Amino acid sequence: MSNAAEALGWWGVPLAVIGGAIRVSTPFLFVSLGECLTERAGRINLGLEGTLIMGAMSGYATALHTGSPWAGVLVAGLAGLLFGLLHGAICSLPRVNDIAVGIGLMLLGTGLAFFLGKPYIQPKAPGLPAIDLGWWSSLPQVQAALKINVLFVIGVICAPVMLWWLKNARLGLVVRTVGDSADAARALGFPVIATRIWATAAGGFLAGVGGAFLSLYYPGSWSEGLSSGQGITAVALVIFARWNPMGCFYASLLFGGAGALGPALQSVGVTQGYYLFNALPYALTLAVMIIACSPRRTLAGAPGELGVTN
Amino acid sequence: MTNFTTPSRRSLLRGAAAGGLLAATGLPIGRAFAADLVVGFIYVGPRDDYGYNQAQAEGAAALKKLAGVKVVEEEKVPETIAVEKTMESMINLDGAKLLFPTSFGYYNPHMLKLAKKYPAVRFEHCGGLWTEGAPKNAGSYFGYIDEAQYLAGIVAGHTSKTGKLGFIAAKPIPQVLRNINAFTLGARSVNPNATTQVIFTGDWSLPVKEAEASNSLIDQGVDVLTCHVDSPKVVMETAERRGVFCSGYHVNQAPLAPKGYLTGAEWAWSGLFTSMVDAVKTGKPIPNLVRGGLKEGLVKTSAYGPAVGEAARKQADAVKARFLDSGFVIFKGPLKDNKGAVVIPAGQEQGQTDLRLESMNYLVEGVLGALA
Repeated sequence: MSNAAEALGWWGVPLAVIGGAIRVSTPFLFVSLGECLTERAGRINLGLEGTLIMGAMSGYATALHTGSPWAGVLVAGLAGLLFGLLHGAICSLPRVNDIAVGIGLMLLGTGLAFFLGKPYIQPKAPGLPAIDLGWWSSLPQVQAALKINVLFVIGVICAPVMLWWLKNARLGLVVRTVGDSADAARALGFPVIATRIWATAAGGFLAGVGGAFLSLYYPGSWSEGLSSGQGITAVALVIFARWNPMGCFYASLLFGGAGALGPALQSVGVTQGYYLFNALPYALTLAVMIIACSPRRTLAGAPGELGVTN
Repeated sequence: MTNFTTPSRRSLLRGAAAGGLLAATGLPIGRAFAADLVVGFIYVGPRDDYGYNQAQAEGAAALKKLAGVKVVEEEKVPETIAVEKTMESMINLDGAKLLFPTSFGYYNPHMLKLAKKYPAVRFEHCGGLWTEGAPKNAGSYFGYIDEAQYLAGIVAGHTSKTGKLGFIAAKPIPQVLRNINAFTLGARSVNPNATTQVIFTGDWSLPVKEAEASNSLIDQGVDVLTCHVDSPKVVMETAERRGVFCSGYHVNQAPLAPKGYLTGAEWAWSGLFTSMVDAVKTGKPIPNLVRGGLKEGLVKTSAYGPAVGEAARKQADAVKARFLDSGFVIFKGPLKDNKGAVVIPAGQEQGQTDLRLESMNYLVEGVLGALA
């Protein structure tokens, strides 16, 4: 047990930020990609916090019972898909507000996961494997920071693929049209309601997978405080990312890295004002929003049908 | 209610909803037998969190084995008026005669208010400070767990190769600072050059931040990690995964880190709870303020892990023996804080019952960290 080698000193801070960006960003990435897809189709699903927690719980439980963490990821995604379908279906009824339904589903998902997850707090489920990208370094700290989970890699691939798909694929065009103007979509003969339901369901699937990352890899166990608001943060990241999947990727990295900064600075001895450092991700978001906003135009990239813009 | 024979639709609905909720939370609906003493436990979080609540629930589990005692429990009760409703329903629906609202924020005003309202029920709070003038049927209990932390510090000081220890704490309140300081003093009694790097996460349960803090500390060469958060699970698992040692808190976490778990500071409530139940049954008086450490059996240390050497075991056992004859004081002069100021002058001692310890606001020399 001697692989805690000599201290890194100040080099530990950038390393922790990079490592934290990789470790902490994955759930943000999956939830924000899912929400991005849903919002591009013209709906807001605030329930993804509940979906994330439900995914974390169901993924952990499945991994424990089947012994396979990948089965857990799949079931977490399916649980998310169900919640997405529910949101999509309810919101398709006339005069139903998607934000209210989202809040309802957030509470339902959280409560249901806590209720069903009771027996899974103590047992230890098998975790997801990691790819060792730090083999070239002799420093154990670097090796630990560059242990990259497969789900992160999948998320990284998902972002540009989704960007390309929205831009170039026929279905992507349908999603965008439905999101920008339901009337135009109807005129073109696109199925507005079905598209929205499936975009919400697919978004839920991604959010569920993000939850499985929390419980099966980092921090790597099921507990009721596991999410502590990450789902909500990720939903907000989509606006920050201007409804662009690659923007979601960068924003998730930024949030992951900024979240690691507080503990890392304390560990090298910058101990004054740690509450401020812990608040950094949120201060950063505010600053970027203020810099990027303009009174003369609406948010660039915002889907026209989205409730927030009209 | 205005009409007793025909309940309104609203009250029917309300009753149905309450019944449904009760069934959903698994609370026992039926009344206990008249002869049984009903004891109620209220937790702020899940009772199997490998932490504070589990320690209380283990005490409750000991009561369940006693004949003539019925235990009712409710988890995740917020420190708001919600706890008053829970207590009232335990008293009125379940017939509870002894209540343990275990979380810090339940005490004032919630528990004190209900203690006045129900003088025939005994209320026992963990951590609060019962003072003269508070209701006589209320009481508070707490353990000097810093004694166990001091012993854990001795073991950590012996085992650490780098002399760097890490402490992940939620908030800089006196109880937490007392643990950090006792752990550090224990370690420095073995290795005077040992340091404890402390990281405050800002809240009691933030799993991702706790994992980040653990990784940062390990990156800085810390090779023994301990913590004071609600559930130490994440810290222990991260330490084990990264191949460093860890020291537990609240309950025994050895199953989470079979290789690296050294020892830990645990609560031991079963004996106290059992004696309180006996006292209520026989009508004997219970002191309003119960405090105690290793000697009184309210705290204990986890069994040593495989990595703890002979010298560490011997020294920790020797100091433990001195605690047990109450001949050992942790906080004694000359003691400096980590800014160089003298906090206890030479020749002075602050024994466990010293009230000045309950308002501790410094980190001792050897702790790397600040309070704000």
